Amino acid sequence: MSATHQASWVGAVQRLALLVGGTVFALVLLLLVTGHDPSVALRALVRGAVGSWYAFTSATLVRAIPLALTGLCVALAFRAGLLNIGAEGQLLMGAAASAAVLGTVGASLGALALPLALLTGVAAGAAWAGVAALLRQRFGVLEVISTIMLNFVALYTVGWLVRGPLQEPTGIYPQSASLPKAVQLPLLWTGTRLHVGLVLAVLLAIGLWWWQRSTASGFRLRAVGQNPHASATIGRINVARVSVLAFLASGALAGLAGAVELTGVTFALYENLSPGYGYTAIAVALLARLHPLGVLGTAALFGALQAGGNAMQRDAAVPIALVNVVEALLILLVIAGDRLTAARSARA
Amino acid sequence: MAALSAPAERPAALALRGVTKRFGDVVALDDVSLDVRAGTVHALLGENGAGKSTLMRVAFGLLAPDGGSISLAGVPCTPPFTPRDAMARGLGMVHQHFSLVAAMTVAENVALGAAGRYDAAKVASTVRAIGDRTGLVLDPAARVGDLPVSAQQRCEIVKALARDVRVLILDEPTAVLAPDEAQALLRWVRAFADSDPSHAVVLITHKLRDALAVADDITVLRRGVRVAHGPVAQFTEASLADAMLGPGERSSRVDAEVREAHTPRAPAADQAREGRDVLHAHQVVIRDTEGITRVRDASFTVHAGEIVGLAAVEGSGQHALLRAMAGLLPVAAGRLQSPTDVAFVPEDRHRDALLLDASLTENLALRDAGRRSGQLPWRTLAERTTALLSARDVRAAGATAIARTLSGGNQQKFVLARALDDAPSALIVENPTRGLDFRATAAVHDALRAARDAGLAVLVYSSDLDEVLAVADRVLALHDGVVHEVARERDTVGRAMLGVVSDASIANTERVTFATRTPSPGASA
Amino acid sequence: MITPLDDFLAATVRTATPLALAALGECLTERSGVINIGLEGAIICGAFGATVAAGTVAATAGGALGLTAGFVIGAAAGAVIALLFALFTVWWRADQIITGTAITLFSLGLTGLLYKTVYGATGVGLTLPTLDAWAIPGLSALPVIGRALFAQPLITYALYLFVPWLAWWFARTHAGLALRATGESPDAALAAGVSPRRVQLLATVAGGTLAGLAGATLVLAQSGTFVEGMSAGKGFIAIAIVVLGRWSPRGVAAAALLFGGASALQYLFQSLGWTGVPYQLFLALPYVLTLLVLARASARSRAPAALARRELTLS
Repeated sequence: MSATHQASWVGAVQRLALLVGGTVFALVLLLLVTGHDPSVALRALVRGAVGSWYAFTSATLVRAIPLALTGLCVALAFRAGLLNIGAEGQLLMGAAASAAVLGTVGASLGALALPLALLTGVAAGAAWAGVAALLRQRFGVLEVISTIMLNFVALYTVGWLVRGPLQEPTGIYPQSASLPKAVQLPLLWTGTRLHVGLVLAVLLAIGLWWWQRSTASGFRLRAVGQNPHASATIGRINVARVSVLAFLASGALAGLAGAVELTGVTFALYENLSPGYGYTAIAVALLARLHPLGVLGTAALFGALQAGGNAMQRDAAVPIALVNVVEALLILLVIAGDRLTAARSARA
Repeated sequence: MAALSAPAERPAALALRGVTKRFGDVVALDDVSLDVRAGTVHALLGENGAGKSTLMRVAFGLLAPDGGSISLAGVPCTPPFTPRDAMARGLGMVHQHFSLVAAMTVAENVALGAAGRYDAAKVASTVRAIGDRTGLVLDPAARVGDLPVSAQQRCEIVKALARDVRVLILDEPTAVLAPDEAQALLRWVRAFADSDPSHAVVLITHKLRDALAVADDITVLRRGVRVAHGPVAQFTEASLADAMLGPGERSSRVDAEVREAHTPRAPAADQAREGRDVLHAHQVVIRDTEGITRVRDASFTVHAGEIVGLAAVEGSGQHALLRAMAGLLPVAAGRLQSPTDVAFVPEDRHRDALLLDASLTENLALRDAGRRSGQLPWRTLAERTTALLSARDVRAAGATAIARTLSGGNQQKFVLARALDDAPSALIVENPTRGLDFRATAAVHDALRAARDAGLAVLVYSSDLDEVLAVADRVLALHDGVVHEVARERDTVGRAMLGVVSDASIANTERVTFATRTPSPGASA
Repeated sequence: MITPLDDFLAATVRTATPLALAALGECLTERSGVINIGLEGAIICGAFGATVAAGTVAATAGGALGLTAGFVIGAAAGAVIALLFALFTVWWRADQIITGTAITLFSLGLTGLLYKTVYGATGVGLTLPTLDAWAIPGLSALPVIGRALFAQPLITYALYLFVPWLAWWFARTHAGLALRATGESPDAALAAGVSPRRVQLLATVAGGTLAGLAGATLVLAQSGTFVEGMSAGKGFIAIAIVVLGRWSPRGVAAAALLFGGASALQYLFQSLGWTGVPYQLFLALPYVLTLLVLARASARSRAPAALARRELTLS
């Protein structure tokens, strides 16, 4: 056991090194193709991501929080064999639901308002995923398609909310009223923007890791994801129940990401609340090999990439879309690497 | 035999010279030669895994050999040699698992592989013409998935004949057929070879009986090596078995198997009657998950300490019946009694029994994982896995070995060992030796008998009737969703599998469960 | 006189055209056993390819040549993206759904990046020729359906011919048989001398070509410009259309019309002056409709048996 553990640690370090190397390579390549000076752009990227304590905490880590939570969402679903591509929509609905609660009854609840807002976000994310779970279980609808459709519906729902029922009092801007200090997530370090969502994400990752590894229900989730037929036949596992619960739990994590983002970063609901965290989450989860603790690492990497990407856009006029291309390329690289390894081990 | 009079100068219809094929480090075929004389039936005999199918896949261009040569009617086949080339030169192959598209019609299946426009009417008339000429009658417009197994096999052969195939390779063609159907097929094979001097048939089989009944020549493979070949007159059942299994194996193993298959089981069965009812079905009706009625009427009992064999041709409802008995499917009507600790071994171990990319410990944990709660005792599970591997002689690198890395035989031994791990009171197994070689098959049979002797109620389904007869104390025949208990006798069971059940052949029924049961003499007449 | 209904019907067919193109491509691909979730990527790349080619060629050689170049390069761009997808899934047998998702993200990012690189942040200076509707004399004067069906751009008319041709090709050519057999049972196809890999590769690239054409249509026959992310989930809607159309070309065309209609409702309600209803409702309608339709259609329809299977052959 200890030997395999050691091997997995070495493997994890190797993978991380490969990932960082692949990221830099892809970045340089794309920068050259699009006619930017890589040294200028990369310097801006590094400065924006880890150039200072403030940059590291308030740009990189602040972005890593929703990436970690949505990454856990995707990793959990994929582990259960559910291709939930809907973290983006679940995140938006989580944010919208918290905003709704805080905007209506929030003021009357005092200290309870913030936890209630987070729980509402969790519930809304789960419910939004529940639609896809229901469609899958009851009607056999491919969840990839339903969750993508639900992402669009969520986006338009938020679009309507911030121009309608939840619009700020002046009715000028398409966003909700700014949250009062009392219902904002506390900061971890004063002088930065880093909030306690980070603690939440780390605790959840550790909890999920322990749960999947040690408990019967966690094992059922993995078994169903690996082979639903054998799980039903040999394990006598209620596969439908496990799948639906996993889908709901997955959505809950994304919903929490939305609520945390709202109460910790944006303090108001608006359409572009998420710069595609839910999509980047797919890369975060896959690159972590769906390992909850690995998700923390890849989320930090992508948080740095996005923070650096913003700096690159600002200081070196490199479109932020370049970062999205790098993320997608990394997913493809990982898939290709896995296939090649599989082919090599099949031949050996 | 007509073949003996064929002129000696006529080149072999199919000739393989020194064929070698390796898969990684495994030598699947080692310098194998084979001559199929024109106008003859050539039986290629060997146990599962001996390399018969591999050799014929090389001949048909599905696998490229690592060494050796192939020629058809005296003309060498130069690489790259593909199935398309093989068919163009009159060689056709009917695989053990049919290569048919269930969703398409007979005519479409027959036409598959050609180019240009597809003229349905023209292909249909070809199908009908072949039916008139050879007796292989099929409805060209029928959807293949709706046809019974025997008709699907006809469709495979017609597919080949429509391409003007003269040399036909049949891979275990009788394995999926009831005995009467198998006889009819072998008669057809003989007639096909005799009907034209350019025709020839290679019959891949592991059944001595089939080979001796129909072949002109026999080649025996063992572990990828040709160990015997020559005209059928040179061989006896005993000498073939020796050749197939190697020295020493036959005397102990085969004799035991053969004796088992032919021994009346009255004493054992009587003993079983003393055992309590463990599995019990009374007028059971079962619908599958799609709501289709698969079992219409099943009434039978399996007692502690007996093996009951279930015989049926593919698609008779056995899939649903076994799963209902194992508590995995609800019954639509009737009464079914099955203990909660019943263990089930499904036929498709990769799909239904294993987490292929997980460790053996995790695969052990999978057993009844749906009934567990709290934390899993991984340390204990790992220890139990280790103990199980050594107790049941499963060859694996250890409890942490990934299931996928085990050989098929060891995977199956593990699956069976897991099923028996916490002393269940009943065991239900489905095609337990599919794809296993002789040794692994014998180990599985031994395990089943040991389970019986330990007092388990054992229900065995096998699509191979001979396997049912070899292990069962009593036999149930399932035809079109109806179960009959029949005398443990090849002919009787074979007929019952096709729905022919005379009163005399019924060994006993639910009404007379405790009646004295002796094989009825009328049944074999 | 042109009524709101005429406008609605015309808008239905116009919006349905790119959806039908992409869905027919996906139908072709799926019948070979490959589900190309990266269709969205092929559409957006087709749109961007068409934008660059049409803009560049039109500037020097005139609008007609520009349009031709736009459609050709758009189709080619879709084909290239599908080829990339096929490299992973058909060749390496990687998971089709995960790869498709990655390909979509890649395409959306890449086109966004290239758009900003080529045209700057605002897209100023981007002028494109457009493929205008061409009313077929006589037919377009028919009541109710005349304008909807026969006053459309040429690409729509091409579809009228393509749909029955594709149905005929599936049923009445040996290539069609080979394609369907591969999607149902690659083993059977292989045994009959058909190369499943080749079939799936060609079917995926052909599907991507049609999706690229769909992208070109979005730019050159509808919006007249390129916008980042303008595919807006149409690739996924097209996949739903294939399910609803039960993998038959005519069914797919009919399903595409239904979705075209759902998207066109906003124009109808605008012209009817229903301002009380939030417009986001209309924007969301095609996506909600997709969900409802999938719920109705998925349970009853039978997909190709080997769809999305990773192991090409079982034996």
